[in-house]
Amino acid sequence: MVSKNTAKVFVAFAALLSTLVFAQAQSNKPTSLKIGITTFLSGPASVFGVPAKAAAELWIDEFNAAGGIDGVKLAPVFIDEGLGGDKFLSEYRRVAQEPGDKVMLSAISSGNCNTVVPVAEDLKVLDIMWDCGTEKILEERRYKYAIRTQANAVTEMVAAVVYLLKVKPDFKTIAVVNQDYAWGRDSWEIFRNTLLAFKPDTKVLAELFPKFGAVDFSTEITRLQALKPDVILSTGWGGDLDTFVRQASQRGLMKTSQLVLPLAESSLERLGPSLPDGVIIGARGDHYFLHPETKNEPKHKGFVEKFRAKTNSYPIYPVYHMVAALEGLVAGYNAAIKKNPGQWPTTDQVAEAMHGLELRGLTRPVKIREDGQGLEDQLLGVTKKTPEYPFPVFDKMMLVPAELVTTPVGQKSQDWVKTLKPELLNDPRLKMLGEGK
Amino acid sequence: MNVDILLLALVDGLSYAGLLFLVALGLTLIFGVMGILNVAHGALYACGGYTAATFISWATGLGLASPPLLVAGLFLAALLVGLVLGFVLEVGLLRQVQDKDPILQLLVTFGAFLILEDVQSLIWGSAPYSASEVVTQLGTIELFGITYTTYQLLLIPLIALLVYALLQYFLRHTRIGKQIIAVTHNAEVATALGIHSSRIRLVTFVVAAMLGALGGALAAPTTSIVPGVGTDMIVLSFSVVATAGLGQITGALIAAVLIGLARSLAVYTVPELEVVVPYIIMVIVLLIRPYGLFTVAQARKI
Repeated sequence: MVSKNTAKVFVAFAALLSTLVFAQAQSNKPTSLKIGITTFLSGPASVFGVPAKAAAELWIDEFNAAGGIDGVKLAPVFIDEGLGGDKFLSEYRRVAQEPGDKVMLSAISSGNCNTVVPVAEDLKVLDIMWDCGTEKILEERRYKYAIRTQANAVTEMVAAVVYLLKVKPDFKTIAVVNQDYAWGRDSWEIFRNTLLAFKPDTKVLAELFPKFGAVDFSTEITRLQALKPDVILSTGWGGDLDTFVRQASQRGLMKTSQLVLPLAESSLERLGPSLPDGVIIGARGDHYFLHPETKNEPKHKGFVEKFRAKTNSYPIYPVYHMVAALEGLVAGYNAAIKKNPGQWPTTDQVAEAMHGLELRGLTRPVKIREDGQGLEDQLLGVTKKTPEYPFPVFDKMMLVPAELVTTPVGQKSQDWVKTLKPELLNDPRLKMLGEGK
Repeated sequence: MNVDILLLALVDGLSYAGLLFLVALGLTLIFGVMGILNVAHGALYACGGYTAATFISWATGLGLASPPLLVAGLFLAALLVGLVLGFVLEVGLLRQVQDKDPILQLLVTFGAFLILEDVQSLIWGSAPYSASEVVTQLGTIELFGITYTTYQLLLIPLIALLVYALLQYFLRHTRIGKQIIAVTHNAEVATALGIHSSRIRLVTFVVAAMLGALGGALAAPTTSIVPGVGTDMIVLSFSVVATAGLGQITGALIAAVLIGLARSLAVYTVPELEVVVPYIIMVIVLLIRPYGLFTVAQARKI
């Protein structure tokens, strides 16, 4: 038998409990939102990771000074991708499993994205892929908590092929010099299949995969000079790309072959005059401090100036990727707050709000599709020296619209690129900037 | 076509072998005299490269872009780095563990390597450095319809041979050189005969450090010096030294040429194997001759 008093206590306890649960569901506004950012702070890829970290700090400081998200400040925690493998994963888990509100931003390396995105899904933590390029991750599985605020390798490579065929339609032979690791191999696979779909008679003269971090390309260059391909592709980056371009330029390889370097925007300032005119270059997106549409916008221009003051160099694409991811994150929170006015959103609500969102970094807007993939337009151009800068700038620029060159939702890229038709090249949206004025 | 390939590979291989030899030379010299496998040698290579790149960018900034001056700049960088770091490492570190277990000495040099890597990123950050001005100034040469840079085709192999000849002269015909050889053969007996063996060790270490730094300095004009560049070089030059036999100078020259040629031949024929070729050669040699190609039978020590 239960006495009256005991019953009262039970009721009171239940009421108390229900308010607690209710409060939990309402998700009280935290004092700060933790942002776990994975980036390379050591090793060769720190050429991307260190500027991206500087960009994150610069952007977050300003954002917090302006009040944060609805008064909630962002608190970044940086995780070094250079730790590699298990150590990196346990660092990621450590941050992702801390109590309180948090969002993870992963990663520069596609391998690292592959590692942590499923983990974040299990932990029900929002993971924004801010820089990694692998298209497979969002094609193989539907994720609830994974968003990519930038293009993937397919968009980037197909856009590069399209631009090449627009600028130099009549070539017969091609060779490739890519770094011997996942990105070097995968990007060539996409590039080759796309090229062969558009131009089936192209002959591949050589496929060279010098090791990642190679310090000497002399033999490769000699071989290329002997083969004389019309076009040479390299999706290399960092020190590898610098060395290859420098050695190729010193030995006049650009005189006999058209070079296509889809990641060269990130090396322009370092290479300086070593990079001759007429080389096709890309920027993994439409990122460029002299972006034809946004270079004079106060937001973009002001950021470039502040970034230069902080780091003494011009921003490169990972910097733009970082800003886009942070802007996207904020846009996601704001959209979720709008749906439930006056309440701080849960991770699920933010993740939901981010699908279908349109965000704007420093350049053109990026649309997030229902599969979490961002549609980011691609800027390509040809190098040209100008007196204003001690390094080449983009000339003959073209902004390739992402929806033209991205695998549709639900399809597999490796099959889709093979179905591309040459008619795509006649699309009216593909035009050189300044054309038809 | 086959003869052409062989010729082209030969030319590429020699230039590569030149750099490899310089670094391996320093490594083998230290092992010969001190019995230490100096892992920190890779850091000397990297520091030499970074310093050379800095010097060259200063020089070109000041308008001093004549080829002899720039090449002198590379050597100056190597001398400076070798002198300072060589002295600090030997006196501050290796001398302290001189009589300890060789494994401990190996670990100490490995620790020094890691510390120096961090010092590099403190000073030079993470961006790639280069000194390409030197190569541009020296121009190019046409050979079999292929354009080569004078720097890689002539200068590097020439410097490597010159360094080899000078070192041989130094070891055989100077007083200190002869003392070094004596210490190499037997440090205890050499000391008993009145050779100041700790001074000899210091001299050897500094000379070897300069050679390692010179390798880096001469690489800077054609390559990008990035974090981690020393790791690759130490592993590769170790394979040269092991193939030749530890402590073998002429052997290191031949092994470097062998590995350089095999590597460039691989790029032409089986590019997939490029990275492992040096190690395949090393393994084959060590299976047949466990002490390396050129190690002579040792007199038995009782």
